[in-house]
Amino acid sequence: MSEEIKNFLYLNRRAPYGTIYAWESLEVVLIGAAFDQKVSLAFVDDGVFQIAKGQDTSGIGMKNFSPTYAALGDYDVHQLFVEKESLEERGLTVDDLMHLTWEDEDEDWAEKDSIQVVSRLELAEIIAAQDVVFSF
Amino acid sequence: MKFAIQINEGPYQHQASDSAYQFTKAALEKGHEVFRVFFYHDGVGNGTRLTTPPQDDRHIVNRWAELAEQHNLDMVVCVAAAQRRGLVDDGEAERNQKDATNLHPKFRISGLGQLIEAAVQSERLVVFGD
Amino acid sequence: MNALHTVNKSPFEKRSFDSCMGHILEGSAVLLYEDGVYAAMKGTAMEGKVKSAQGVRFYVLGPDLKARGVSEERVIDGVEIVDYAGFVDLAAELDKVVAWV
Repeated sequence: MSEEIKNFLYLNRRAPYGTIYAWESLEVVLIGAAFDQKVSLAFVDDGVFQIAKGQDTSGIGMKNFSPTYAALGDYDVHQLFVEKESLEERGLTVDDLMHLTWEDEDEDWAEKDSIQVVSRLELAEIIAAQDVVFSF
Repeated sequence: MKFAIQINEGPYQHQASDSAYQFTKAALEKGHEVFRVFFYHDGVGNGTRLTTPPQDDRHIVNRWAELAEQHNLDMVVCVAAAQRRGLVDDGEAERNQKDATNLHPKFRISGLGQLIEAAVQSERLVVFGD
Repeated sequence: MNALHTVNKSPFEKRSFDSCMGHILEGSAVLLYEDGVYAAMKGTAMEGKVKSAQGVRFYVLGPDLKARGVSEERVIDGVEIVDYAGFVDLAAELDKVVAWV
């Protein structure tokens, strides 16, 4: 393995359940967390629906994988960028999303928010700063 | 330059595998290195040796296999995605007590770590999907 | 760092093209391929969007145009037609590839 540390961005643009992309993308994030790269996730377009709170799949016979997002902090994945315009277009605010947190080792394990709402332009700059962008 | 290729869709339904093939072939012809081709989601379907397209259609699986043969390509099918979709090699058949295998011998089944490693080791990741 | 953004979906069916256009910065490049080539056609609702992107280079994959019966004359002025080798060159030239699948 190379010693080089890269900036990895997972670009999530699809809603959950209708297709498997969101779930299998999350599986890549979990495996990738073991690789010591600098990881962040972007939720854009219908991707914002992936982290909506109150998901209950009991009526459709599919696994509810949304609790896994809450575990990302334990995997040291705590930069979750959510695009403001994508939320607004869908009539959502950050209050409609799950409250995702992580514990900062450097600040005596203080609990911090993982979700950062960013503008479209800010997200464009975030994308520009990456070494690798994964799309699913 | 070193490339990694990720393919998210199966053969025939989407153009993704065709585009990825043409890109990979062009990259190799230009003297670039392709570190790995990683098949994910329904893309694992590109690895079945049982594909039988009509005579006048391209054989997507064999075409990949021939390119791999010529250029010693590492073609990896994601194990988790493969298990869900019934792509099986000898090892998987034994582990999961299956009575048949269908993976083309030019492909291999391995973990998602192979995708991450490819992205780390390569200078460019190019994703083909729907 | 400048990116090569790729769009492979028709802008009339999916949001990939619009989403891509919302996230490109000056100095980057956009390659339209597969059904994405329809965004490179003159006289469509997309033409204004392509022309108004400042400092962004646009490319379209020739083999996908040809397959769909779109003649080169119908491609928006300033959009460069490339083949797969040209796609590879762009991927190598820009710092990374961002796929708006």
